[in-house]
Amino acid sequence: MSSIHPDQYVSDRLAGRGAAAAGYAPPDPGDGSLIEDPAVRAPLVLNNRSFGEVTEIICGYAEKAPGKWWMPLFAIAGLAAATGTLMIAYLIITGVGVWGLTNQVDWAWDITNFVFWIGIGHAGTLISAILCLFKQKWRTAVNRSAEAMTIFAVICAGMFPAIHVGRIWFIWMVFPLPNSNSIWPNFRSPLLWDVFAVSTYFTVSLLFWFMGLIPDMASLRDRAHKRMLASKRRAEKPRLGDVIRAYVFGMLSMGWRFSSRHWHRYEVAYLILAGLSTPLVLSVHSIVSFDFATSVLPGWHTTIFPPYFVAGAIFGGFAMVLLLLIPAREVFPNFRDFLTLRHIENMAKILLVTGMMVGFAYSMEFFIAWYSGNEYELSVFLNNRANPAKAPYWWAYWTMISCNVISPQVFWFRKLRTNPLVVWIVALAVTIGMWFERFVIIVTSLHRAFLPAEWHMFHPTPVDVLTFVGSCGIFLTLFLLFVRFLPVFAMAEIKAVLPQAHRHDHDDDHHDDHHGEAH
Amino acid sequence: MAITDYFPMLSGLLPKQLRPPAPRYATPSGSPVAGLVAEFGDVSSVCRAGESVRDAGYTKWDLHSPFPIHGAEQVMGMKRTKLPLAVGVIGLSAAGLGWLMQWWMSINYPIVVQGKPPHAWQPFVPIIFESGVLISAFAALIGMLSLNGLPRPHHPLFNHEPFLDASNDRFFIYIEALDPKFDPQKTRDLLTKGGASRVDLVEDL
Repeated sequence: MSSIHPDQYVSDRLAGRGAAAAGYAPPDPGDGSLIEDPAVRAPLVLNNRSFGEVTEIICGYAEKAPGKWWMPLFAIAGLAAATGTLMIAYLIITGVGVWGLTNQVDWAWDITNFVFWIGIGHAGTLISAILCLFKQKWRTAVNRSAEAMTIFAVICAGMFPAIHVGRIWFIWMVFPLPNSNSIWPNFRSPLLWDVFAVSTYFTVSLLFWFMGLIPDMASLRDRAHKRMLASKRRAEKPRLGDVIRAYVFGMLSMGWRFSSRHWHRYEVAYLILAGLSTPLVLSVHSIVSFDFATSVLPGWHTTIFPPYFVAGAIFGGFAMVLLLLIPAREVFPNFRDFLTLRHIENMAKILLVTGMMVGFAYSMEFFIAWYSGNEYELSVFLNNRANPAKAPYWWAYWTMISCNVISPQVFWFRKLRTNPLVVWIVALAVTIGMWFERFVIIVTSLHRAFLPAEWHMFHPTPVDVLTFVGSCGIFLTLFLLFVRFLPVFAMAEIKAVLPQAHRHDHDDDHHDDHHGEAH
Repeated sequence: MAITDYFPMLSGLLPKQLRPPAPRYATPSGSPVAGLVAEFGDVSSVCRAGESVRDAGYTKWDLHSPFPIHGAEQVMGMKRTKLPLAVGVIGLSAAGLGWLMQWWMSINYPIVVQGKPPHAWQPFVPIIFESGVLISAFAALIGMLSLNGLPRPHHPLFNHEPFLDASNDRFFIYIEALDPKFDPQKTRDLLTKGGASRVDLVEDL
């Protein structure tokens, strides 16, 4: 396979040579990563970065103070997190009555937020596990930050079911712990399955993330150690930051010494964790959907829920990845070398696909509500959700449809899905739409169930709103701390997909996929 | 991997067979020699040198690179790790224990809901699966670390300053002095001939 260097390709195009001169106008290659020529392998890292430059750039984010934007943003996020924490304290002291819950609508923003956050986490696992099994090398640019996002989102998610139980000091009863009454949990309840699924999901995601971080934390450790040795040679006192980094990363990196014998077992363990996380992530959101699907409430009692929830989770999660990483491309120097336009385009395509899956699920729900002949089910869809003349929550339903089904359709156009600003705006719309999806499922089904005498509207209180804002604050605070102190890219994995990471001295004809753009 | 790697002060207490062998060589300053480390600038040269070390019959040696080199297993003549087998056995046992736990607790405290028999296995499936996955993930991480002899924050190589670039952009081959074929001069020649940009003695401090 003959191939041309992307820079060569771009200069040929500008000079009117090569394919462009032959009367064929190839699509705009953007930053060089959007080449659609089958003879050219699109680069995963731009500007021909060497191993040393990759280390320098990525460790630089974690070592040097970030730009002026960081502190104000951190202050705002921290304030929101503190407010949310106060609201939770108020809730625990006073009771769940501080939320707008009623006898009819006994799940509202709390469970909406729970499903919203846990869904956001799923993109991280999809990127780190499923794309790993499919050998999608572009995942190396996004997996670390997406996995971090998973963990922070699951922290936000896990909070809500814990505080919604009311008497939180009895929360230990969800775990099968021996007690003096010899009472055990009900293992036939999907709510209990949820406890096991979410706690397993959090733990496994944390282990996966930690394992990926071991070599990169060892890099940070060695760099801090080198700086300490350098200041010792200059007979200066070492900087406190370096001493702390050398110790903390020294402990956390487990004494990783980049041995090939270790790497071998590491890669096997990585593959095992990817293989375990793949069914796990599918099971978690399926089990979350069982919370609804196994009930008898019209609007919840549907068999389409598990795949529909999983697709929605991936959809919402990728939107959040884009929402966070597109601004990061603007504020961090050289970030665009690793997160190229092609990464954004790929994720926009995933948004389009999963958006269509979600759209299909919406229409199929509607179709089955009519086709099943179940008048209660159809009434939920028409009179509780869609019909503006009858359904008080029609605006929530149509917000969901326009954000989740209509807005991603712009990604059919290459120009729009390769424009970071457009992608960011759609990602924002999708994030809003996915929150409304859960609100629609939960509240519109509950607020008008079988007995018209019990019909109630749900009105959120300021505590509802501020708790949700607080969870966003906790998420953002944790994410800002992550980009400040840990490597935002998986350095070792990025180095391994660079073209110079492969042997060039022997004829390994069976490794065609190794030949990067440098050939 | 010996216990004395972690707790050198214990070596005097151990029976003779378990004690680490006495160092055979000493540096000019008198410290025992841990091994020889050779530095390389790129993947191809370190792999070529690695093959020559493998073919010379060394067993206690290692290749250090900032990222996993594809094909390093063949270069070093490594056997495939047994980790998947261990994780599989542990994971399946954990899943079985998850089932046993639910079965016993449901019999011990039967809750009559849905008119189902308390020992019915179908509702136990999600938690059986989750317990299997949870314990397998721990087994994979802890198994990987313990087979690697980690955590081990101290290693003679860390005292060799140029080695700190193994986490950046340099490649190293380290041959332990405990290797039966180790000879300060012959091993050094082998590594130099293999194209190393520098070869150094590593002291065991």
